[in-house]
Amino acid sequence: MNDVAIIGVGLHPFGRFDGKSAMEMGAEAIQSALVDAGIDWTQVQFAVGGSYEVSNPDAVTRLVGVTGIPFTDVYNACATAATATQVCANTIRLGQYDIGIAIGMDKHPRGAFTDDPAKFALPQWYAENGQFVTTQFFGMKANRYLHDHGISQRTLAKVAAKNMRNGVLNPNAFRRKAIAEDDILNSPVLNYPLTQYMFCTPDEGAAAVIMCRADIAHRFAAKPVHVRAIEIRTRRFGAYEVHATSAPVDEDVSPTVYASRAAFEAAGMEPKDVDVIQLQDTDAGAEVIHMAEAGFCEHGDQERLLADGATEIGGSLPINTDGGLIANGEPIGASGLRQVHELVRQLRGEAGEHQVPGSPKVGFAQVYGAPGTAAATLLAI
Amino acid sequence: MPRALAPETSTWPAENPQLIGTQCAACGATAFPTQQRCPRCGGGDTSDVLLPRQGTLIAWTTQGFAPGAPYTGPTGKDFVPFGVGLVQLGDVVRVESRLTENDPAKLAFGMPVELTFVPLTTDDDGQDVLTHAFARADGEKVAR
Repeated sequence: MNDVAIIGVGLHPFGRFDGKSAMEMGAEAIQSALVDAGIDWTQVQFAVGGSYEVSNPDAVTRLVGVTGIPFTDVYNACATAATATQVCANTIRLGQYDIGIAIGMDKHPRGAFTDDPAKFALPQWYAENGQFVTTQFFGMKANRYLHDHGISQRTLAKVAAKNMRNGVLNPNAFRRKAIAEDDILNSPVLNYPLTQYMFCTPDEGAAAVIMCRADIAHRFAAKPVHVRAIEIRTRRFGAYEVHATSAPVDEDVSPTVYASRAAFEAAGMEPKDVDVIQLQDTDAGAEVIHMAEAGFCEHGDQERLLADGATEIGGSLPINTDGGLIANGEPIGASGLRQVHELVRQLRGEAGEHQVPGSPKVGFAQVYGAPGTAAATLLAI
Repeated sequence: MPRALAPETSTWPAENPQLIGTQCAACGATAFPTQQRCPRCGGGDTSDVLLPRQGTLIAWTTQGFAPGAPYTGPTGKDFVPFGVGLVQLGDVVRVESRLTENDPAKLAFGMPVELTFVPLTTDDDGQDVLTHAFARADGEKVAR
């Protein structure tokens, strides 16, 4: 089996771009990844494309070159981009091709996600009576977590304020304005204890990552970044997850716990080896919870860690250094690839104003979403 | 006459209505609403089971904005925030449900609750459409 390295990353900024299609953003992300890797599209031997809104991401070849390569479209909810990354890496790992690209693109309508409950194996009444709302689950999970582990609502505000401050430093971010903790706490309560400014919003954007066999990576990149593990897990019976009409009395842990454990085991690493971290912050509560679920602290330690500034860019546990979902929004197909893009920039020491000091060597990324799907990725330089 | 939004999910309009779940003969798992196969073991030997009417509040939040379509309740200026919770019914199953209380100050973890039916909307004939919800059970003190 081949080792796999990332030799190029590209990103179309996340935000709102009226009159510009997801495809056009995807094509621009591909082009910047090609420039970053110093290769032409004709050298790319296969592609994997992820999107929620775009039925056929492979149609982007119309804009970048119809070269006849195998192009696999994937959709896996909030783990769509992680799945594209994994399929791309594994295809090289198995020796089928030497150079491939993972692409994600999306352009969501404004407002919270809505859909037909039947597409989620849910009864119609679950939506008709107002329960088919993903943010409700996030509110319930955060509320219970705060209660069980003695974490304050202000800590949630600290997380949101930190991510928006990091967004100010990131030219590709959607929200580039700092918001004070009190203003976050005093914004409208959408799902108690989560207020408006504690949530990310669905938006638009694209990202692309070019990978190759690690043994030829030096031909393209001065600082190849190695893909050490990508693990995806779905919910188990005992886990109370988003879009659940019922749950068993005996609880199991969330799929993030299983995916993270598996990724660390596959890479032969531990959480303490990680220097820079990207977590799914659909809401501020999610970042707090995922800190512990991914193994970076004990449940309840987040109150102290946030108070001490440990998760700041210059802290001992830098989290969502590019502003995360809260500052970038969530174009579902591209979101996990934005995390990889940020980690690669960080590990190369090219993250500019939001660079983590001290030459980080290992990066971790996690995504989580409906209907209980999580992915954990470990990269190292 | 009022009608239930999802008549197949409960015994309403029976007195002291109960939700109807599925129990698996092979592994004993219970789920709500009913489904043909067991969500734990995949077994097909399942039967309907009436769920306890009383429970405790395991987790809760509020819905502060009107959900999008196909939500049938009032929207716009007529929208009233509502509570949502995960309710443990006896030692049988936990059910995600609307709550009759929408004030965080009046909701508490471990609070005893009881099944009730509340108006959600009115249909084309002007009749009330009811949905199930859990209300604080009487006579119990709320400890936060």
